[in-house]
Amino acid sequence: MIADHLPVLVVVLPLVGAFVTLLAGWADRRLCFPIAMATTVIQFCISLLILSQVMQTGPLHYNLGNWLPPWGIEYVIDQLNGFVLVVILFLCVLTCLYSHRSTPSEIDEKKIPAFYTVLLLLVTGVCGIAVTGDLFNLYVFLEISSLAAYALVALGREKRSLVSSFTYLVMGSVSACFILLGIGHLYIVTGTLNMADLARVLPPLYGSTVIQTAFIFFIIGLSIKTALFPLHLWLPDAYRYSPSAVTVLLSTVVSKIGVYALIRILFTVFTPAFIIFEIPVMEVFCWMAAAAIIGGSVLAISQTDLKRMLAYSSVSQMGYILLGIGIADSLAVTGGILHILNHAVMKGCLFMIAGSFIYSSGIRSIEDLRGIARTMPLTAAAFVIAAASMIGIPPTVGFMSKWFIALGALESGQWIFVLVILASSLLTAVYFWKVIEYMYFREPGTVCAGTVSTARDPPAGMLVPTLVLAAACILFGIFVSIPLEVIEPFVTGILGGT
Amino acid sequence: MIEMLLPGLFLRYNYYMAVIIMLIGLYAMIAKGNLIKKIIGLNIFQTAIFLFYISSSDIIGGTAPILTSDPASVYVNPLPHVLILTAIVVAVSTTAVGLALVIRIYEAYGTIEEDELIAMEAKE
Amino acid sequence: MDQPSLVPVLAICIPAVAAALILIFRNHPTIREGWTILASFATLACVLSMLPLVFSGTEPYAALFPILPGLSISFRADAFALIFALTSSSLWVMNSFYSIGYLQAHHGKNLARYFFCFSVAISAALGVAFSADLLTMFICYEILTLSTYPLVVHSETEEARMAGRKYLAYLLTAGIFFLLAVLITYYLTGGTAFAPGGILTGHGSALLMTILFITFLIGFAKAAWIPLHAWLPSAMVAPTPVSALLHAVAVVKAGVFGIARIVFYVFGIDMVSALGLGLLLASIASFTIIVASMMALSQDNLKKRLAYSTISQLSYILLGVALLTPSGIIAALIHIPFHAFMKITLFFAAGAIIVMTGIENISEMKGIGRRMPITMLMFAIGAIGVCGLPPVCGIITKWYLALGAIEAGQLVFLAVILSSSILNVLYFFPIISTAFFEKPDVDTGVHEAPLFMLIPLTITGICSVLLFLFPDWPFLTLVTIAESVITGSVLP
Repeated sequence: MIADHLPVLVVVLPLVGAFVTLLAGWADRRLCFPIAMATTVIQFCISLLILSQVMQTGPLHYNLGNWLPPWGIEYVIDQLNGFVLVVILFLCVLTCLYSHRSTPSEIDEKKIPAFYTVLLLLVTGVCGIAVTGDLFNLYVFLEISSLAAYALVALGREKRSLVSSFTYLVMGSVSACFILLGIGHLYIVTGTLNMADLARVLPPLYGSTVIQTAFIFFIIGLSIKTALFPLHLWLPDAYRYSPSAVTVLLSTVVSKIGVYALIRILFTVFTPAFIIFEIPVMEVFCWMAAAAIIGGSVLAISQTDLKRMLAYSSVSQMGYILLGIGIADSLAVTGGILHILNHAVMKGCLFMIAGSFIYSSGIRSIEDLRGIARTMPLTAAAFVIAAASMIGIPPTVGFMSKWFIALGALESGQWIFVLVILASSLLTAVYFWKVIEYMYFREPGTVCAGTVSTARDPPAGMLVPTLVLAAACILFGIFVSIPLEVIEPFVTGILGGT
Repeated sequence: MIEMLLPGLFLRYNYYMAVIIMLIGLYAMIAKGNLIKKIIGLNIFQTAIFLFYISSSDIIGGTAPILTSDPASVYVNPLPHVLILTAIVVAVSTTAVGLALVIRIYEAYGTIEEDELIAMEAKE
Repeated sequence: MDQPSLVPVLAICIPAVAAALILIFRNHPTIREGWTILASFATLACVLSMLPLVFSGTEPYAALFPILPGLSISFRADAFALIFALTSSSLWVMNSFYSIGYLQAHHGKNLARYFFCFSVAISAALGVAFSADLLTMFICYEILTLSTYPLVVHSETEEARMAGRKYLAYLLTAGIFFLLAVLITYYLTGGTAFAPGGILTGHGSALLMTILFITFLIGFAKAAWIPLHAWLPSAMVAPTPVSALLHAVAVVKAGVFGIARIVFYVFGIDMVSALGLGLLLASIASFTIIVASMMALSQDNLKKRLAYSTISQLSYILLGVALLTPSGIIAALIHIPFHAFMKITLFFAAGAIIVMTGIENISEMKGIGRRMPITMLMFAIGAIGVCGLPPVCGIITKWYLALGAIEAGQLVFLAVILSSSILNVLYFFPIISTAFFEKPDVDTGVHEAPLFMLIPLTITGICSVLLFLFPDWPFLTLVTIAESVITGSVLP
């Protein structure tokens, strides 16, 4: 009985959880964390159940209120969103655990209930995006998650977090408007909002300018949401001034769900037949992604603040995902989707580490990290692993996605992108190695010697999620066949066999 | 040439109006330094999209979509209205969050002019 | 003939496990160093235990889980691999003792990190040796790069950090080229497993193959061929045991070993000679031999001179590979262990001098041979060997190399070999004469190095002589087996 309702449960649960957290917060602030934690853990278990169901019986369809599609809202879960759901909820669980110790030092104590409430609302939004099979529903959930994200960014103690949240809000709303416009255009021409239905009705209309305009609106809107270079301007400040746990959520959950929406619209609503053969948009996409990869890396090199550096590195890494998708070869798309998991794991780990440095020593600048490996050995070791993964050194996860994307680029004869991927590995090495050199091979600077020598590895609540993610960087690299088992059926489904 | 375009222009004038309003909103968001004005621009932008949706569903001479005894009656498509109702809720929430942020910014910095904010941040 | 066996994996795992143990016991010097010694003996025993099998023509083979579709992490201990593995593991035993002695006297901080990285590096070097496919080799190769970086910057001076940056800049860039080459190979053939005779035959145009070959060559910048050599002399800021084992044996030999693997097991002799790539490689090698020897002449810093000598000697191996004749192959493969034994003796001696006197420059070494007679005697043995004079094993290489050049009908390379021998004499004999025949400016009262250092360097020095007297066991036998596998001829 319950098993039939899993898809909707994964959305309703955090919504209820948010409400309960708010109420409990009035009674006692200490209740908020356990409630939020329990909610995300249960959700994670549900998502695993859903994924295993999908893997056994194929895509799940759930009709909300028993209205049959295309009239009612349908929730559809296939391998792709099953996979994305598991990834983001995994990160949500870890972030929630991490936030228990990290947030009290970064936001006012009386805002703790608000923090967990909004966090669960954000989870509601992203899970909704992940499960829905209806375009307008997707827009609504996108806005729920974005609104929650604006609020979370603004929770930071530094006043600049307010301004960066405002910028984020304006950019995010504009992008949502573009998406809404795209949905409107599609609806006017086809009269349906169900993704599967759209995919069925659209092909005869591929020549229509209205459809092409709608497509462009979608691309622009989602490009802003995923901070595709050069539309990334809101991202560095939003990442830099948020509380650590929020940065982790933004960089792993929110950005990944944007990419998911993009993949969904590109490959399920508009089929490869449209995006590859009707208008040569993928070509443009690849070049944009290549610009993101190189541009993001170059900007990251020049940063002095650790979190900002990681933020620009995110811009670059999102480029990898989009490049994989843009090449539209089955191997490259596999690599792109795999990189959703990989980047979430690596960047989540890195931002947690940046947060740990702030927590333990208050240090934000890379230069001040000199010699910190001696006093925070485990944190520094996790950084090395995650950084090696970002550079793409085997056998870490980062190498695996690069391997697939580069192989896909080779297979489709696009040599230039192979070179872009490989060259950017070097750029990535430059800025990560700078940090490693500071942490391990330098004496503490005179100004920060005191803070560095008294810094300690953060409490277990923060350390454990960090180390779990660092271990995941290696484990998923060695046992890469596990995520591949999930991704490959989807890719074969949309692009045909390899 | 112009004769050929004109009918289309007039036939779909509602869409052109929507686009014009949208651009006004976009202009306000970009050109105005005052954060409140930016939010107003955002609202204009959103409203334009709502109008675009609503007008697309309209049929000349159509009635409200109520079940009547007359099977030949023409009624307008109700779905866009429903959708826009939801979108309005979203827009209102966005505005609320935006305005709340502006208040906090004013408390923190004592100004809501963008250029002054940038100047203050540069000084820090 | 393959025989499923986990012994190669075990050999790789022992140093890795030791590394973990060292980390756990990082605050207990005695236990920590005990693990290093224990692991080095265990690894050597493990490698030795595979010898009888390989002598009888079977090859222990282990394919672990598939890491990517169609690609497993796989290891094979063929004769070819054992040459390199045996060299590294036997010298690691010597080096472990020497390291303890050296680091007690010098660079005495961050020792846990040092021994940890050293063990990981050895593990990775053995991984390179035993890897049975390109991907596994690439993975080990990258780990080798990263694990040796902390050793280069060990002293944490600005000079060391600069050297470290240079090290990474060269080797990581090279790693990218290697990866590109692996990707192309996988794309063309659908697999990356090594096979005698090559796997690329019939998989692409001559132009593509040439580009791929050059990409591989750049990828193996660890072979330090000119102009991709600059990282090696600057890496000499590392503690001497690192320079001795890693930058004269494990790391750089991983480079030339890799190139040999590529030539024989990926491209195949037939394709390399048909495309004229052998000549290309031979030209690069000859150029490196001569130029590096000349550069060595101008170095006053002893370790730097030895580094340039290494660069030049590594290209002997490349030249042997590039000749593509049976004798050339034998020369190349036999030079891997022989050069290792001779060069490590030289470095050990240089390290002993640094520890006892603090002197790094040759011009200051007047009369040091009287103060440290055993050390300098061993140094002389190593130097004589590198020059290719009896009674040290270096002459065996030169003999086969010359034979190979004649077999290939490329007499110009014979000239290269001979002229480089003269250059070797020119840059080594002044050191010996300074050490023994010049009077020291001041009497410093220096004596021999501690036994922890003196014994290993004596053993390696004597081994260099023994390898000349009895080259057959085990190296020449292994080399002959490997050579017959590569050329496809029947075992004698």
